[in-house]
Amino acid sequence: MDNHVPTQDSLVTVHNLTFSRGDKKIFDDISLEFERGKITAIMGPSGTGKTTLLKLIAAQLFPNHGNIMVNGRNIHHLKHDDLYTLRKRMGMLFQSGALLTDMSVFDNVAYPLREHTHLPESMIRTLVLMKLEAVGLRGARDLMPNELSGGMSRRVALARAVALDPMMILYDEPFTGQDPISMGALVHLIKSLNITLGLTSIIVSHDVHETAAIADYIYVLSEGRVIGQGTPKEILDSQSSWVQQFMNGAADGPVHFHYPAKNYMDDLLHFEKPPSSRQRLSNNRAIKRKRYS
Amino acid sequence: MEFFQYLGANTRSSFTKLGRGSYFLVHLIAGISSVLVRPRLLLKQLHSVGVLSFLIISISGLFVGMVLGLQGFYILSRFGAEETLGVMVAASLVRELGPVVTALLFAGRAGSALTAEIGLMKATEQLSGMEMMAIDPIKRIISPRFLAGVLSMPLLAALFSCIGIIGGQLVGTGLLGVDDGAYWSQMQANLDFQGDIINGVIKSIVFGFVTSWIALFEGYDSIPTAEGVSRATTRTVVNSAFSILGLDFILTALMFGDN
Repeated sequence: MDNHVPTQDSLVTVHNLTFSRGDKKIFDDISLEFERGKITAIMGPSGTGKTTLLKLIAAQLFPNHGNIMVNGRNIHHLKHDDLYTLRKRMGMLFQSGALLTDMSVFDNVAYPLREHTHLPESMIRTLVLMKLEAVGLRGARDLMPNELSGGMSRRVALARAVALDPMMILYDEPFTGQDPISMGALVHLIKSLNITLGLTSIIVSHDVHETAAIADYIYVLSEGRVIGQGTPKEILDSQSSWVQQFMNGAADGPVHFHYPAKNYMDDLLHFEKPPSSRQRLSNNRAIKRKRYS
Repeated sequence: MEFFQYLGANTRSSFTKLGRGSYFLVHLIAGISSVLVRPRLLLKQLHSVGVLSFLIISISGLFVGMVLGLQGFYILSRFGAEETLGVMVAASLVRELGPVVTALLFAGRAGSALTAEIGLMKATEQLSGMEMMAIDPIKRIISPRFLAGVLSMPLLAALFSCIGIIGGQLVGTGLLGVDDGAYWSQMQANLDFQGDIINGVIKSIVFGFVTSWIALFEGYDSIPTAEGVSRATTRTVVNSAFSILGLDFILTALMFGDN
């Protein structure tokens, strides 16, 4: 499938992006656009590099080829200070939550406000409580991150991500680990944040139905390429066997469930020594060299 | 042939790592100015890096001083020079053992803790999370710890030496019968402020600088897994020990080589 790209007013544009880790090509010349004020979802099987794409958009990783424009600027060419100024307007919800473990829930949400604004503490308190109320965790403000479940951590992280009222939020698997009640509330919250704050949202997720319910546009990635794109309805109605397999969760299809390996019977019958630690070490070093070169 | 390949790859990766480490050092030094305007960050780290090392340094200092008192007395008494025990204990501590043993203990106690902390922060994406909040983790996390390490080390080494001198006195004058007045007056007369004390302080600042740099860089550069952090922690202790001992030789040669 060719990478047809819509041409509306885009906040983020990915042009001919290629990115590799070691010898493995994660993205092979892909182009995507993320429209201003809309929720765009990136879906695809595990290991397709969805989180990597978010990190590339946030300039935490650098592409091998191609470029990423955020708000009209090539984010990988920005100077340190300009990048940080831009990041103040970008929120990111990490898969793990990434809360600072030596601070309480309240202090975690207050942290970006205290660092970047000169608001009085009383106003910071009001803002933090409002953000925590939105994610349903106002009562958990005095807990420490190690006292929270995975789902709760992500909700606190969401409150922190919207603390500075950013122009865009990158969500990395926001629905994972949420119980059905929180899931429903979270889906509603992401949608309403988008509408009320005029945010642009990029959601990486496996949860087909929740994501399709709120997304305005969906990209389906697999094996380093865009295998499908369109509105949720277009994606669900897609005739592409790749897209159908992913949306319906079928084990058989063009996307392989198994990681590439040699023949199963051959593998069982022929004993092969695993690589020595020295070989593994030199492989790791080769990968690291490439990463830093 | 494989050996040479291995050697070549190792040498190359060591130099690459040194390059990354130097780049990291430049950044963390540049971040020190932002620590100075947020003294709270520094105070918190001074507590965890310095104050919490107080006990291990004091106890070790006491025992090292007591052993020096014993060993010194047996050797000096052969020459009838046991009155100079104070000089021997104090000079050994202030010139060598204070800075070196403190730095080794610091690497084991605080250095390993710093590496594990930074490594785990990396593994749990806390550092990436800060970057995404437009907060530079080098300025907020790394530089305060570095500065705390550099400031703590001379203070801890001074503490080690003082308690060691008291330990030497306890054994020398308390148990072995060296004259108390001679112990202190000989020390006062023969120790040179510039030559002994200042040089010892310079050594401990250098060791604090190197140990903190190694500990923080190993944590920051670690592979973000349980095994990666554990290896990084080990490397901190081993590399710090080698650096401290190697640098001690060089510094001693430079400072006392002419005497």
